[in-house]
Amino acid sequence: MIRGVIIMNDKGKPRLVKFYEFQPVEKQQELIRSIYKILCSRADNVSNFVKADSIFGPDARLVYKTFATLYFVFIFDASENELAVLDLMQVLVETLDKCFSNVCELDVVFNFKKVHTILDEIILGGQVIETSSTEVVKAVEEISKLENKSNSIISSIPGWQR
Amino acid sequence: MAGISLIDSLFQSSLDVVIKSLRLCPPGAEPTLIAKSLEEIRREIKSTDPQTKSVALEKLAYFHSLHGIDMSWAAFHSVELSSAASHSHKRIACLSAALSFNPSTTDVILLLTHQLRKDLSSSNVHDVSLALSTLSSICNPDLSRDLTPELFTLLGSSRFFVRKKAIAVVLRVFEQYPDAVRVCFKRVVENLESTDMGILSAVVGLFCELSAKDPRSYLPLAPEFYKILVDCRNNWVLIKILKIFTRLAPVEPRLGKKVVEPICEHLLRTGAKSLAYECVRAIVTSFDDCDSAMKLAVEKLREFLFDDDPNLKFLALQALAIAAEKHMWVVIENQEMVVRAMNDEDINIKLEALRLVMSMVSEDNVMQICTVLIGHARKSDPYFCNEIVGFILQTCSRNFYEVIFDFDWYLSFLGEMARLPHCEKGGDIATQLVDIGMRVKDARNELVRVARDLVIDPALLGNPLIHGVLGACAWISGEYIKFSKNPFELMEALLQPRTNFFPPAVRSVYIQSAFKVLASCLHSYIELSGNAVPQHSELSESVSNLNLQDDSVRASSEISYDSETDNEKTFIPDVQAASGFSRGCNMTKDSILGLLNFVEVNLRPLAASDEVEVQERASNVLGVVELVKPRLTDDQSNETQDRKTFEIIELISDLFSEELGPVSLNAQERVWLPDGLVLKKDLNDLEEICGDINFPLPTSFSLVPPRILEKDIASSSISENQSMEASEYVSESTSLLAKHRKRYGLYYLHSDDKETGPEEYPPAEEPRDKNATEEADDFVKLAEQSLVVKKLPNKVKARPVVVKLDEGEKSDIGTEKLKASSDLLSGAVQEVLLGNVASTSSSKSKSSASAGKEHRHHGKHKKHQTSGKDTQVDGKNRKKRESQRHKHKPQQGTEGEPTIGAQSSPTIPDLLL
Repeated sequence: MIRGVIIMNDKGKPRLVKFYEFQPVEKQQELIRSIYKILCSRADNVSNFVKADSIFGPDARLVYKTFATLYFVFIFDASENELAVLDLMQVLVETLDKCFSNVCELDVVFNFKKVHTILDEIILGGQVIETSSTEVVKAVEEISKLENKSNSIISSIPGWQR
Repeated sequence: MAGISLIDSLFQSSLDVVIKSLRLCPPGAEPTLIAKSLEEIRREIKSTDPQTKSVALEKLAYFHSLHGIDMSWAAFHSVELSSAASHSHKRIACLSAALSFNPSTTDVILLLTHQLRKDLSSSNVHDVSLALSTLSSICNPDLSRDLTPELFTLLGSSRFFVRKKAIAVVLRVFEQYPDAVRVCFKRVVENLESTDMGILSAVVGLFCELSAKDPRSYLPLAPEFYKILVDCRNNWVLIKILKIFTRLAPVEPRLGKKVVEPICEHLLRTGAKSLAYECVRAIVTSFDDCDSAMKLAVEKLREFLFDDDPNLKFLALQALAIAAEKHMWVVIENQEMVVRAMNDEDINIKLEALRLVMSMVSEDNVMQICTVLIGHARKSDPYFCNEIVGFILQTCSRNFYEVIFDFDWYLSFLGEMARLPHCEKGGDIATQLVDIGMRVKDARNELVRVARDLVIDPALLGNPLIHGVLGACAWISGEYIKFSKNPFELMEALLQPRTNFFPPAVRSVYIQSAFKVLASCLHSYIELSGNAVPQHSELSESVSNLNLQDDSVRASSEISYDSETDNEKTFIPDVQAASGFSRGCNMTKDSILGLLNFVEVNLRPLAASDEVEVQERASNVLGVVELVKPRLTDDQSNETQDRKTFEIIELISDLFSEELGPVSLNAQERVWLPDGLVLKKDLNDLEEICGDINFPLPTSFSLVPPRILEKDIASSSISENQSMEASEYVSESTSLLAKHRKRYGLYYLHSDDKETGPEEYPPAEEPRDKNATEEADDFVKLAEQSLVVKKLPNKVKARPVVVKLDEGEKSDIGTEKLKASSDLLSGAVQEVLLGNVASTSSSKSKSSASAGKEHRHHGKHKKHQTSGKDTQVDGKNRKKRESQRHKHKPQQGTEGEPTIGAQSSPTIPDLLL
């Protein structure tokens, strides 16, 4: 099972935080800090795996990858294959790239909701449900359409409804 | 109200604006900005306009998720907004709920039930999928129970997009509400035959998760899994299937033969590294009996090891570590690569390699490997250096130092490690030094030498990392003073002023050790003077200079103790030791007086120390000094007073010379348990707290702390009687106490179990000339014995405890607790599956169907049995049990387990043949 997905920048600022088991906010912040502490101490071109037992308890593994200024971090347990999760990370990045055409950190910063929507189409409740970025993009586009449709009626002028 | 709301809405800043201002704000101003924004949000969120509300909620969720702001107060607003007509508003509501709701404490979750139910039945797939994703994040038992029917419908939905999501959510629902298994499991199993890869992947993933907790329950599905293993070509699915088989194989060994062949085929065929690695891992973990498969796997591993990709190298090393447990040859074959990996720039790879190297350690090569590693540690960065030291300590102490033959070497090696500049493992080193002192008699001479070297080395005092080791060394020097060649030198080191910088715990050990040294010196002096009048040696004058302060003390004493005599004096063990030691050290009246003065001068200030431990011990020593000194200085000697004093000294000395040793774990069991003391309850709680702490040493024995107090002597005879009549055994407390002792004050904790008098030490204590390993062997044997002994009294014991705790549960409560939650689920699964296989896959396996029926019949039989038992329990209990189906089930699960295990093999004969 995937226990969490975190995107943070190289300064340690979280850009997306999603845990699949409830974590109190303080705990989340603490986890992010301790992950960042590990990640920033690692050189380039070393392996992408980090032992996460000390942070997440026994059996937890952590895979991270750097894309430009962002760290993508996946935390998971023995039911996932490390290399497959690495692939999954690639799927997520590809999807983001397609959705925002040439994704950069700013896209992730300003599209809080949409990034969550994308992630929800790939992982649900810690289970991987879609591994094709094309399919994900399709679903996300449909959702955007749906949102705009319902929005356009009322919300072009805020407070108009009443 | 409406007016305010309208203005709020018109001037509401969107999330984008908030983010922009956050990015522009000067460093440090962020908290104020967030606080201001939160104030706005609190106003806006109350708006009746869904758009205003949703924007406020979105901002709040953003702050919550990325800035750690609490939003539990806004839970109800999420619920409110979730019924909005617009999908976009709904999405924000669901997102904020998923991010912030705590399934076990957020009470408004139940208010979502109706809306979720509506959405789950919606015709719009995205509404459904949103509801599913929300459900997966916030589901609790109530919500799961209420929404199970909708989920059941979705599991058969023709829209694959939502069906696969429903399957993923089912996992959460099963965990929260095991009864859902009875409703949904059949449909879930049907999905195993789906041709859609998305669905197959989801359902296989689901079983992969389920089988992690209780593989046995899913054995009947092995034929379905096998079919997928053979037919499927999707790597994601295959990886999960391999994981399932890795878990099933240990519970059904016959699976191995059947499954290993397709696994090897996949390994040979696939180009995907992830699948290849999963095949390798499956083989080395669960199918290592098959030689050809192992060879294939190791070949692949070697390929990975030589790969430039550090990820593959790291994973290959991990797989090697798995294989090493049973097949050492795998590591030895790849030895070169492993050792080379120790120099990798990646710390992960280095650590894995180190672990593998340590797994190769045996009694033949331990010295070489350790020497090489310590050389490597010197060159490494502090972190890795400590890892190396930690691994060495762990490996060498494994199973009572089973790999160590030459303890003299190991002890000096421990000293060497303690001197490493960055060594943070001082605590472990200290533990082992003391432990070896107690366990290995023959090594004490060397031990005392190593301890002396560390204690008298002034260069070490400034390093706080080594204080623990120094404390242990001081204790050793005091405890085994009779092996020491020069007690004066030791005394000087123990009381040197710079010890003031030590933490109080270490300081008090130092003082106590000084006490022991003093007692021992006085004793030998009295022994000598008993025969002959104390002689005034030529050294005595300089010795008496000891009472001068500080540096002059050291200088003069260095002259006074001829170091040559140190070297030529070989130690005389045991009985001879004391006299030999005293003779070697020129115990004269003046030298003793000098010693007393020195002690007095150095300890006097400490008698007013803030630290009670330090203060008390210093006062103890001073008391003795004051007692003895007049007897030595007074010219007109008082016969009776002299005798009295000497008797006291003798008593103290005897007390200290009594040997301390390791004690069987069972010693605690002999402790008389006072009536009304409920140990079990509290200690169970403690176990939960301590459960995740790793203890470095294999503990079948604990160490008994020294009994320094005179009272103990008196009580030991009483305690002997107590132990005879002791009949209360508390197994938990024993192991916990042992763990506790291992962790804390080995030699520092005052013993409460006075029962373990010297007579009751295990035979390992007896003097004999066996070498150390034999002794260690004896320990192992003793440990085994003690385990055997343990069982009987436990059985006898178990009954009264159960009666006390009522509930009528006969089985062990501890294990029950652990199993309870998983049993609910697996019990339900077994029930459904074994009845279910018959109906769903009847076309496939008739035999499995009949087996299923047979089992069901058997299950009924079981029920009769249990209900029969129930009648024996009093009426109240029975009612309670019958009303609580949950409680009933785990018991059934545990009882039924072996039967199912036996039964499940015939359920898959078509696969096994």
